[in-house]
Parts: sequence; structure tokens; C-alpha cells
Amino acid sequence: MIGAMTARVGLSAAGIRHGYQGLSVLDGIDLSVPAGQVTVLVGPSGCGKSTMLGILGGLIRPDAGTVAITGTPAEDCLNPLTYVFQDFALLPWRSVEGNVALVLEHTEMPAAARAQRVAEVLELTGLSDFATAWPRQLSGGMRQRVGIARALAVRPAVLLMDEPLSALDAQTRDLLLEEFVRMIAATGLTTVYVTHNLGEATRLGQQIVVLGRRPGRVRQILTIDRPLAERLPGDDDLARVEAELWTLLRADALAAERELVHD
Amino acid sequence: MTDVPFRATGFAPRRVAWASVATLLGLLALWQAAASLGWLRTEFLSSPLLIGRALAALIQSGELWQHLAASLQRLAIGWTVGTVAGLAVGLALGLFTLARSPGMAVVSALFPIPKIALVPLFIIWFGIGEGSKIVTLAFGVFFPTVINTMAGVDGVPRGLIRMAQSFGVPYGAIVRKIVLPGAAPAILSGFRITTSTAIILLVAAEMIGADRGIGAFVLQAGNLYDTDNLLAGIVVLSSIGLTIAWLLGQLERRLLSWRGP
Ligand SMILES: Nc1ncnc2c1ncn2[C@@H]1O[C@H](COP(=O)(O)OP(=O)(O)OP(=O)(O)O)[C@@H](O)[C@H]1O
Ligand SMILES: [Mg+2]
Repeated sequence: MIGAMTARVGLSAAGIRHGYQGLSVLDGIDLSVPAGQVTVLVGPSGCGKSTMLGILGGLIRPDAGTVAITGTPAEDCLNPLTYVFQDFALLPWRSVEGNVALVLEHTEMPAAARAQRVAEVLELTGLSDFATAWPRQLSGGMRQRVGIARALAVRPAVLLMDEPLSALDAQTRDLLLEEFVRMIAATGLTTVYVTHNLGEATRLGQQIVVLGRRPGRVRQILTIDRPLAERLPGDDDLARVEAELWTLLRADALAAERELVHD
Repeated sequence: MTDVPFRATGFAPRRVAWASVATLLGLLALWQAAASLGWLRTEFLSSPLLIGRALAALIQSGELWQHLAASLQRLAIGWTVGTVAGLAVGLALGLFTLARSPGMAVVSALFPIPKIALVPLFIIWFGIGEGSKIVTLAFGVFFPTVINTMAGVDGVPRGLIRMAQSFGVPYGAIVRKIVLPGAAPAILSGFRITTSTAIILLVAAEMIGADRGIGAFVLQAGNLYDTDNLLAGIVVLSSIGLTIAWLLGQLERRLLSWRGP
């Protein structure tokens, strides 16, 4: 079982600069992701949140700057920096269990242990009855649960989540958000969570990093000390932080909406 | 008060299986009737019954098998060689920057050549025997396979590849578990094109220089004004095409079952 593993790994990014074809997207970001905490990145559309997350996990090489891992991952960790994707990124030609197994097949893990690990994470995410289903047969919420199961299967040290709920309907989103809260609270996983949704930000975030409009810089960092397990959706102080975030973001969001999309 | 009129009629043709069968049978009956009643001269178009009789005779004498075996062997070898080479090159063009531009330049330059026009050249190079025929087929199959495979590889969602990379899946495993299955639909539908190309080239090559093979048989029958046997040969060629299409359909259904009904 995934117990309360000692959270030992954090990330530290310094002087990150990145652009696409002359368009400067990130302009000097310094960011520290503390071990065992949830860092939320919010900001207007197109400000570079996904780019930043890609840089943190080594999927995008920044034009300048460095990202360092602090601490050492646990011994059973197979993939320290592990993503959960907005569009789930499931292989349509593999069953649910096949999709989870994919990320273990190239490791040293013996076949029996692998099967056991797959069963374990499917159980944990409530997917046991769907092990042999095809992704196309699942609802969006179930697909993202597969994404979570796959991420947990490698015993990650840091979970990198890019708007994991934004492709889902509002009710499914609420349900899954509560599952994230439980999972993260139980495992103490270091998490970086990108979202547009300020409710998600305050429900999950211990450190909320507000990025400004392009070229993206860190505008403000808010912290909420209350443990995840003790937060409730309607809490006053969370609502206050949410309102504060909206004040910060409103003008940028409006401006971002009124600009031409380039990609 | 008036009822709201229904306005969304039409533009939704349905399939009616018995109508397809009935149409084909009806046309055959009409053809036979026209021949029996003397409305058309069987020296020019034969008739379903005469063609059937010619086929039966060919089967009994064993002549059909000789021609069929020769043709199927050329088809199998030529298509397989062209397909394997095409898959390998197409995959390379789809995966490697270094291969892509040089490879595409060559493919684009050679693809438009009508392959039949090359048969005389291949005869000079490989002789009048099996070599030139197989090379013609393989050559004709190769280029569309390259292009379909490359397009299939290009069409594999990059997000899936990035996902695998983010979990540390090694290069070879990504090609095997993501690129190839992702390109499979495009590759398999390419097979439909390349198998029919291969049949066309087979017949052409057999007409240029062969004494065995369905193409050669059709040509000989034509030289003798024997439309019964000529059309019997064409029926055999069509059956080869239909059988291959059916086999490919089964293969697709098996390999691509994940796409659902
Ligand atoms: N591969 C790319 N090539 C060119 N431009 C890109 C590329 N990826 C992102 N961009 C551009 O860079 C900017 C930042 O993109 P990014 O996806 O990081 O923003 P984001 O904050 O995640 O946006 P969103 O809120 O819409 O998800 C956008 O203007 C986008 O159009
Ligand atoms: Mg994004």
C-alpha cells in the first residue's frame, strides 16, 4: 500500500526563461517547490503555466535557467517526476490495466510484482472492475483515474498535474478533486498543480503561485497553512484567498481573453 | 393552432443488404437473358453461363491452378518484399530528421513514375523471368507503403509519446508500443491500396512476358478471340482481389478491435 511515505523531494527552479519563435513566454521565473507540499500555479490563459510545468519535469528544455531536485527519492521510486495529463494521454489500444502496466514494463520489476502493483493502484483508484475495459468505454472521470493510477504505479516523488480536471464536467470535477485531496493528504506527495480554477487552487494549494500575463513572471505567492484534510469547500478563509486571487487575476484574464491566440 | 411541421427529412441513406444482392443477381440475369435471346453476340461479351462453363473446364483440367499458382506466388513475394521495405523506410522517414528530407526527395521524385513503364527496363536488368515481375510489383508497392507509413507515424499523437518519455519508457519500446500501434490504422488502410496496385502490376507484367499466370492466360485468350476464357480469367482476377480485401478486413478487425464497432 501507499502509506505516508516520508516526503523528501522538492524542486527548485532558478532564472527560467523560455519562448517560442520569438514570443517570450516565461521571463525569469524563480520557483521553489517545497517537499511534501502542494504548489499550485495559477495565471491567465497562455501565460506559460504548462510551459513551466513541462520545464519542471524535464519535458521542455528552457532557453535559460535551471531546475534542481532537492532531496533523494525513496528507494522504491521508479520515476521521480511523474505527470498527470489534462487530456489523460491514455493509449487507446491498451486496456486500463495495459495502460498502467506500460509504465512498469521497462523497469526491473518482475512480472508478478508488476501485476500486483497494477492491481493495487487500480484498487486504490476504484478501477478494479474496469481493469480490462478499453479507454474509449470509460467516462472522462474514469479515464483520469487511470491517469492517476498510472502515476501512482511508479511511486513518484513529485506529482506534476496540468489542469487534470479541466476536461471533465463540474460534478465529476468535484468528486475527483476530493479524491485528490484524500490521496495527497494520505501520501504527502510533493505536488505541482496547474489550474484555472481558483476553487481548486485554494482547496489544494499550500503555496499558490500567481503568474502574470506574458511574458510570465511570478506576480505573487500566497500560502495557506491549514492542512488539506482540515479544509472544507465552503470555508471562509479559503473564500477570502479565492477572492484575493481573483482580484489579482481579473485584469490579466480579461486582457488574455481579448488577445489573438497564437499556436 | 397548427402543428409544427417536421423538416429534417432525407440526407440519411440506409443500407439495405438484400437490395445489393438482388441488383447484382438481376444484372447477371439480364446479361444471360440478352445473350440467350440473341440480343448481344457472345463472341464479343460471352455470357454468365458460358463463363461458368469455361471456369469449370479450367478447374477440371488443372490449367487454372497452374496459372493461379504462378500469379499468387508473384503477388505474395512481390507484395511482401515491397511492403517490408516500404515499412522500414517509411518508419525511418517518420522518425528521423536525418532520413526525412533526403528520403522524401527521392520518394517524391520516383513516386509519380507509372511503374508499368519500367517493366521493359526491369526486363533488361533482371531478365524476362520471375525477377523482373517481382521487382515491378515490389517497386509499385514500395512507394505508397512508404508514404502511408510515414503519414501514419506523423499522425501518432505527440502527447502519447511525451507521456511515455515522461515515464522513462525507452526509445525502442516507444516505437514498438506507441508509434507502430498508432500508425497501424493508416498502414492497414494503405494495404488496401497496395494490394490492388500489386494486382494491376501483376497482370501487366504477365502480359508483357510470361506463359504462365492469369495475366498471360487472359492475353492468350484475347489473341484467340476466346471471350469465354478471357472473361473467366477476369473473374478469377476479381476473386483474388475480393479475397484479399476480405482477408485485410479480417486483419483490421482483429488488430484494430480497440477502435470499437
Ligand atoms: N509548442 C509551442 N509552439 C509555439 N507556441 C507555443 C507552444 N506551446 C505554447 N505556446 C505558446 O506559449 C504561450 C504559453 O503557453 P502555455 O501552454 O505554457 O500557457 P498556459 O498558461 O498553460 O495556457 P492555458 O491556460 O491556455 O493552458 C501561449 O501563448 C502559447 O500559445
Ligand atoms: Mg496549459
